[in-house]
Amino acid sequence: MNAPLLEISDLHVAYGKVEAVTGVDIAVAEGAIITVIGANGAGKTTLLNAIMGVLPSRGGIRFAGEAIDQTPLESRVTGGMCLVPERRELFSGMAVEDNLLLGGFLRTRVERAQTQEEVFTRFPRLKERRRQLAGTLSGGERQMLAMGRALMARPKLLMLDEPSLGLAPRIVADVFEIVGALRDSGVSILLVEQNARAALRLADHAYVMELGCVVMQGKASEMIADKRIIETYLGGTHNADLA
Amino acid sequence: MDTTILLFLLQDGLTNGAIYALLGLALVLVFAVTRVIFVPQGEFVAYGALTLATFDAGRAPGTAWLGLAFGLAATASELSSERRRVGLRRLLQSLASTTAVPLLAAAAAFIVAPMRPPSWISVLLTLAIIVPMGPNLYRIAFRPLADGSVLTLFIASIGVHFAMTGLGLVFFGAEGVRARPLSDLVFSVGPIPVTGQTLFVYAATILAMTALALFFGRALLGKALIATAMNRLGARLVGVRTEMSGRLAFALAALIGALSGVLIAPMTTIYYDTGFLIGLKGFIAAIIGALASYPVTALAALAVGIIESLASFFASNFKEAIVFTLIIPVLLWLSLAHGPADAEEGH
Ligand SMILES: Nc1ncnc2c1ncn2[C@@H]1O[C@H](COP(=O)(O)OP(=O)(O)O)[C@@H](O)[C@H]1O
Ligand SMILES: [Mg+2]
Repeated sequence: MNAPLLEISDLHVAYGKVEAVTGVDIAVAEGAIITVIGANGAGKTTLLNAIMGVLPSRGGIRFAGEAIDQTPLESRVTGGMCLVPERRELFSGMAVEDNLLLGGFLRTRVERAQTQEEVFTRFPRLKERRRQLAGTLSGGERQMLAMGRALMARPKLLMLDEPSLGLAPRIVADVFEIVGALRDSGVSILLVEQNARAALRLADHAYVMELGCVVMQGKASEMIADKRIIETYLGGTHNADLA
Repeated sequence: MDTTILLFLLQDGLTNGAIYALLGLALVLVFAVTRVIFVPQGEFVAYGALTLATFDAGRAPGTAWLGLAFGLAATASELSSERRRVGLRRLLQSLASTTAVPLLAAAAAFIVAPMRPPSWISVLLTLAIIVPMGPNLYRIAFRPLADGSVLTLFIASIGVHFAMTGLGLVFFGAEGVRARPLSDLVFSVGPIPVTGQTLFVYAATILAMTALALFFGRALLGKALIATAMNRLGARLVGVRTEMSGRLAFALAALIGALSGVLIAPMTTIYYDTGFLIGLKGFIAAIIGALASYPVTALAALAVGIIESLASFFASNFKEAIVFTLIIPVLLWLSLAHGPADAEEGH
């Protein structure tokens, strides 16, 4: 088998003196959806931000065969990584269209035009609202714009931080369907979710995080079948007292 | 007072106001992109004017050397901040972005200056010498503090202002100079005489503003600058380097400063420290625009110019006092309207 596209080994991330991610190992195979699930505060966002280079970290990050732990964020974007952050970080005072345009900042004009058409096909809503300011979109539309903007960069690896956060169930289903379609078009995906069942249904492989550590991993299809896992790590009571 | 005098004062005020408007826009731009309150904006005006005047006197300006020194210092700052070992290739690449233009400009200055070139060549050389100082200054003084507070950056900005004023004294001396007008044309509109130079000021202001509007409205790079101003993290996530945006904003500010200097050099006597007061008036306009609105800043700048001109006629001793007192009601109004300014809202 080929080496994985992304390989994280013994990663530590700290806020000041407090470690929020302690010794995490994760691998994302090319063309797969890997999900990291876990309760609120487990360190999922911290992990993604460190992989992207938004936060400094200690440990190994290899992407497409190269060690990138010392590379700045922007160079990781150039290399083909893209993050849709938990807070979306859209350009709210700019039109939807301009947000997309900037997503393709590192691409050629031709590539941008082409990818924009693809994004509009995937998200017809964005096409309808292309001239509207991003700040005036609804939650679901903002999430679609954030994903659309990320796709404009034509990433090899797309990292999504809780794409279902704050969305109505029907829209969540849409978003997850699109994530699946993206994988089928060849993008590798690292999906962070609290919505464990939906994520496990979609993913190929899953990691469960708790208090900054990976406490369990396995094939997503096996994990979702195991009622005990869902209850122990993702069940109602556990979630509630951490939230 | 008759209408002729009033018209004359208005024309004078409008001319100065146009310059203040350009400077105000530069201040708003630099603040939005880098959060730096750009106190040395006026020094670029003085450097531009004095450099042009030195060319007019047939000598190569000392700022040519200074530009080179800035370039080398910027490369030193850039490479020392990198954690990797720096190879020859990286060194040359850095020098190409910081020092190549200053080097060419300096060489051209020393060759061309004794030949008494026509005005437009002197103007181009002046811009080529002064403009690269902007991005290099950003790299030397502000980039290392990029994560600091607005106050930290402001203090650095004041430091740079004093350093540049001091260097201005070293390179140009304490004497005031005036450059040759770009054109000797004079004609009258009704009772008031209009010089070719004032027409240049109006044309250049309108041209510069149109160019800026097009740059920000149409060009991808312009939008990337706005994106950095709006959401720094968002911009980085799409691959827009904060460093690139900062350099670009400072280059535009230096260009606007040097251009203003070139435009006013033939109209008033400029000393090494004149720039500060001129920049400060652009700053008042920028404050009225809450360091955020380009149109309000431009209009306010025109108002500042006209008030200044009227004040210099009716109460010339208090001219500056009246202009700077303007800022007090404005600040009061802003703080009542918006509550305490929250410049730190960050991402
Ligand atoms: N900016 C921050 N400063 C300090 N601690 C933080 C910060 N962000 C998150 N944390 C802490 O790090 C831990 C992990 O948070 P996070 O990565 O956001 O978890 P998750 O995304 O899984 O909900 C939590 O204990 C949280 O309180
Ligand atoms: Mg999170």
